[in-house]
Amino acid sequence: MEARILNEFRAIVGAFGLITEPEQLSTYECDGLTMFRVLPLAVVLPTSTEQVQAVVRVCHREKIPFVARGSGTGLSGGALPVANGIVISLARMNRILEVDLPNQRVVVEPGVINLNVTARVAPDGYFYAPDPSSQLVCSIGGNVAENSGGAHCLKYGFTTTHVLGLEVVLPDGALVHLGGRTVDRPGYDLPGVFVGSEGTLGIATKVILRIVKKPEVIQVLLAAFNSTNEAGAAVSGIIAAGMLPAAIEMMDNLAIQAAEAAVQANYPNCGGLLLVELDGPAAEVETLMEEVGEVCTKCGAWEIRVAQSDADRARIWTGRKAAFAAVGRLAPAYIVQDGVIPRTALPHVMSEIERLSSEVGLRVANVFHAGDGNLHPLVLYDSAVPGQDKLAEKLAGDILRLCIKAGGSITGEHGVGEEKKMFMAEMYAEPDLETMQLVRCAFDPENLSNPDKVFPRPRLCGEKPGVYEPHPLEVAGVAQRF
Amino acid sequence: MPGAPGVMTQVSWPELAEIVGKEHLGAATAADAIDGVEAQMVAEPGTAEDLARALRWAHAAGLKVSPRGGGTKLGWGNPPAACDLVLSTALLNRVLEHAWADMTVIVEAGCRVADLQKTLAEHGQRLALDPLWPERATIGGILSTNDSGTLRVRYGSLRDLIIGITVALPDGTLAKSGGKVVKNVAGYDLAKLFTGALGTLGVIVQAIFRLHPLPRESRSLSFSGAPEALNQLLLAIQSSKLTFTGLQLRAEPGSGRLDVRFDGTAAGIEAQVNQILQIAGSSVPSDAPANAWTAHQAIWEGAAPALVAKFSVLPAQFAAVCALVERAAAAQSLAWKIVVQSVGAGYVRLEGAEPALHTVLVTLHDELARMGGTVVALGCPLAVKRGLDVWGPPSDAQPLMVRVKQRFDPDGNLNPGRFIGGI
Repeated sequence: MEARILNEFRAIVGAFGLITEPEQLSTYECDGLTMFRVLPLAVVLPTSTEQVQAVVRVCHREKIPFVARGSGTGLSGGALPVANGIVISLARMNRILEVDLPNQRVVVEPGVINLNVTARVAPDGYFYAPDPSSQLVCSIGGNVAENSGGAHCLKYGFTTTHVLGLEVVLPDGALVHLGGRTVDRPGYDLPGVFVGSEGTLGIATKVILRIVKKPEVIQVLLAAFNSTNEAGAAVSGIIAAGMLPAAIEMMDNLAIQAAEAAVQANYPNCGGLLLVELDGPAAEVETLMEEVGEVCTKCGAWEIRVAQSDADRARIWTGRKAAFAAVGRLAPAYIVQDGVIPRTALPHVMSEIERLSSEVGLRVANVFHAGDGNLHPLVLYDSAVPGQDKLAEKLAGDILRLCIKAGGSITGEHGVGEEKKMFMAEMYAEPDLETMQLVRCAFDPENLSNPDKVFPRPRLCGEKPGVYEPHPLEVAGVAQRF
Repeated sequence: MPGAPGVMTQVSWPELAEIVGKEHLGAATAADAIDGVEAQMVAEPGTAEDLARALRWAHAAGLKVSPRGGGTKLGWGNPPAACDLVLSTALLNRVLEHAWADMTVIVEAGCRVADLQKTLAEHGQRLALDPLWPERATIGGILSTNDSGTLRVRYGSLRDLIIGITVALPDGTLAKSGGKVVKNVAGYDLAKLFTGALGTLGVIVQAIFRLHPLPRESRSLSFSGAPEALNQLLLAIQSSKLTFTGLQLRAEPGSGRLDVRFDGTAAGIEAQVNQILQIAGSSVPSDAPANAWTAHQAIWEGAAPALVAKFSVLPAQFAAVCALVERAAAAQSLAWKIVVQSVGAGYVRLEGAEPALHTVLVTLHDELARMGGTVVALGCPLAVKRGLDVWGPPSDAQPLMVRVKQRFDPDGNLNPGRFIGGI
């Protein structure tokens, strides 16, 4: 990168806010999906909206692509740098700016850690509902980019449900406010489009969040079944009975073994484990928990425990939340997938996963957000065995195709990022993708903000939508379609 | 907005009749006018594909198009700059798939809300919304106008319940976003973009929603008092651990009510009622009247001329809004009424002379903007809308919104001028 541009960045963020040494840059070469690595030209760490704006203006003027980054815990390569661009880390913009309890709003900078929002309002009986398993380290800005979910989004909704407003630096450096403190603001629902756009529409520099009152009681039931099919039938039974649990999680035997080995959650050794969390008024939770127990028994549960104390409950959840990392004990490497299926397709999809897995001879551990059909198959492999990484990648891809075929989605909460962009063309038809690109072109006509992510190929925004006309860059041989 | 001028004298309507079938095309009447702007024709395509083709044809012919569902909220928005063709979704009225075990439904845009609810109730489920005039309003219409109702405090509004959408764009593209699973972050969320866009980006032809079970039992209480005291009580209830499914404040000169609704098991409801009595202290509630939860609809009825506006503020500001409305109404000798949901969105009704309504609307735009809130004039005589933007002052995101509009509807064919800032 030219020295004059680096100097300009340095003038904006200070020497302490600019990283250019290769060994330091390597910290930023990947996110939580480590199979993709790219070294950026530089990393800038702004501490204010004004600095973000100034940096983006330089990028826009010089046509330097940029990738915003929070804590880097993303699992789809969304924060993967681009080789000819910079990374803008929001980690130093980590202040909670305002807490308004009567109106249940919290205003934060994007680098604030998810769990810190809850920590701040917990003494007053509130919590911030989206709870991705990485909530100890992941940032609100990253959550906004990915529209993060978590175990409790079945009842409480996703990040998009809880983000009311955003201050955003657009890819041309303009500062805009989308949404606000109040609901239903006139105009297009641009926060609705921005949340989950994976950094492709600009950089959020302030986020207005909604917080939720903690329920009166929370109870977790753990039920052991012989198979995930039986556990799945119980899930359907619970839903059919008209209940909306705060969370329903399922683990198969391999995932249980891993969690046990890692955190000794004291799970029964069974073929399918179900965790059902109910919350709400004490009288109601008690009645419904009995019904949940009955449904589970009817579906074949041979052990049922209801966590009696906060400590019990915490231990049960520790096992589930540690499951991904714990699987590392079973194999040297694994790929996590994030497909979603209609709940009722679970038995079919599970047996297909089993079939595919035995065909290629790789083990798959399964952890699900069963209530909303979000699967997290973990494909285990050993990269030391020649060819096994490719096999694992293919198996993971085939599992996604199963999800698409079942009427589901390739991603429920991890995002498309770099990893799954080619699958977008399998999930959506060409006109669907073209239409989504209209949004991108309105926000980022020059394709500077996290370019080449999410979509199988970038649209050249100068094109007229609809009828094909070669772009001037194509005619000049500068760019090509592929 | 760049736009090809309408070339009405050369319009070849038989071409459109060919596309949609001549039984689906008719001359517009005065009843089809939008804010006094009369269209030439009304088309009612029988399929989404025909609708998309009709849109493409209209686009090529340079015609201005207003999409229409049940027509219950046609007067919302600014008067259209022009309207040549009303494109009705009336025939796209099927419930395509109620996957009750998955708690989702795929429904065509022209399906009436009450018809959908009836189908869902067969399996003890509902779309957890209670929008205006459900007997006539359609799914596409409530989406385009972002009309959710009183249940949103518990279940969220339309944006939270819609999980997939199919839209027809002016160039004839039929595009989907989302799908039939509740959790899905693949690609941009166009369902949210089209919710509340007043048909200015494309025509919604199909939607997919997540569903909720019908409540087992339900009970509602109503407190009376002055708005200030009720606002305090509302905040206290909101910051309690109660799990209400409705919480609204109603006010008119000399009277105020706070309604709260609990759904769930009998035991759960009883326990919550006991708790709320403790929170309320000396304020003793009565059982809420059956029509409490249709107050947001009843506020549309009364003497004419009148203005009904939607406002949105923070929950702690309700009493201040009541005081503001009371003051502004008194200064212009207007009758007034308010109903607001605890999430912060509500309606205000003002009755009296047209010039006075106009004056108060301008005042409310200014004053609510000062409070950080918004107000949008929805139902009122045309004279009240003249010379102002019913949506209120635009935000700094207006240029971005214009760019979004230009991408989706580059020639400004859809509902020109009706949306915020002249979009």
